Amino acid sequence: MNFFHYASPATFYPLAGRIARACAIAAAVLTAGGLYLAFVVAPSDATQGEAYRIIFIHVPTAWMAMFLYLVMAFWSALALGFNTRLSAMMAQALAPTGALMAFLALWTGAFWGRPTWGTYWAWDARMTSTLILLFLYLGVIALRHAIVDPRRADRACAVLALVGAVNVPIIYFSVRWWNTLHQGSTVSLTAAPKMAATMLAGMLVMTLAAWCYAIAVSLTRARGIMLERESGAAWTRLAVGTA
Amino acid sequence: MTSAALHSSAALAPSHTPFGGLRWALARDLRVAVRSKGELGVQLLFYIIVVSLFPLAVAPDRPLLAALGPGVLWVAALLASLLSLPRLFAGDFADGTLEQVVLSPYPLPALVSGKIAAHWLTTGLPISALAPLLGAQYGLEEAPRYVLAAALLIGTPVLSLLGAIGAALTLGLRGSGSLLALLILPLYVPVLIFGAGAVEAVRGGLAATPHLSLLAACLLLALVGAPFAAASAVRIALD
Repeated sequence: MNFFHYASPATFYPLAGRIARACAIAAAVLTAGGLYLAFVVAPSDATQGEAYRIIFIHVPTAWMAMFLYLVMAFWSALALGFNTRLSAMMAQALAPTGALMAFLALWTGAFWGRPTWGTYWAWDARMTSTLILLFLYLGVIALRHAIVDPRRADRACAVLALVGAVNVPIIYFSVRWWNTLHQGSTVSLTAAPKMAATMLAGMLVMTLAAWCYAIAVSLTRARGIMLERESGAAWTRLAVGTA
Repeated sequence: MTSAALHSSAALAPSHTPFGGLRWALARDLRVAVRSKGELGVQLLFYIIVVSLFPLAVAPDRPLLAALGPGVLWVAALLASLLSLPRLFAGDFADGTLEQVVLSPYPLPALVSGKIAAHWLTTGLPISALAPLLGAQYGLEEAPRYVLAAALLIGTPVLSLLGAIGAALTLGLRGSGSLLALLILPLYVPVLIFGAGAVEAVRGGLAATPHLSLLAACLLLALVGAPFAAASAVRIALD
């Protein structure tokens, strides 16, 4: 199979539709299963009681917020390096989902912080860096909307996303050395998890659900962008059935 | 005036080395800056006024002001740098000079570096020189004031370098001023943390060198990367 076959919007559009549908179904099933594990099967936490259950939303969204920025930067690099239209459209489609994930991570974190730390907001390292990550997403989205010419917007946003990607680790470490209150990571690849197996299972299922959701939503958004950008082309008329 | 200066200097240049381009852009932007002294004065006044407003907003309480001082002086430096960023490319963009600069045989990153250097010499450097004086307003001791000046001397070039990318990306856009703030201020965070941290460390009786070293590392990284990113952003804006 030639990978570049799908580098054109005309051929990628139907494929994206199929993947988005499959991922949407998977996201629904995984969310239902994950929430069942989270609220029914998983035991209460020894110290945090029931309040801890918000981590089943909080941790997956926080992971996705960071990961999606890297994915966006990856597509941006391809868009700048190879001048491929589809890569820029993918980067554009990912930004709102990434911003949503960062916002949800902050929002759920505030609701988790209130009962456990006694405050909605603290200037803790991870909270602060997630807030700045949200600003970076919003900057990319705002720049996109400020530029009328889509080709200039593609390349300008790609430069900004790449500069941001270089900065994200620097921001993360600077903020971390500045102030840390956040509890240490309980899940790592190198050590045995310090949590009950059902809790871990619930969190992993919810993480998979967040992945599937992000793929489904951003591919659907990318399909809309493709139709909008290529509205003069023959394939778009075929795709929407007006030919 | 500016385009005449451009043509005569370009014709005189014997070869088009990167260093020559840097020197040319630096000299030209400094000349333009010197001929619009009022603009420079306004930026410095902005810095002084913002710094002087904080004691009015809180209380003229010495320990409180000494604690707030490093942060206020740094945030005001960030804002003053942000305010002066449009000067970097917008004037040249409006009158078509920037297009001629891009078409010149010098490598564009070198020309952009020269413009950034001129921007720093006319904003970052005076702010760094002024900060120890303003630090006295906040009751900062002598040692923290010198560290503040040193931190600003290392940190403000980073602000000019990163800011150039944002200034080029927002060239000619509607509402580019507030958009520039949204794009650039989050990227300024590490500079703010290390810069204010250095002063804070000295006030607490610790060494400032770790913070200053990290600030210098940021500067080196920005020196290597930012001119190229800003140059490609200028090309994108002119396409």
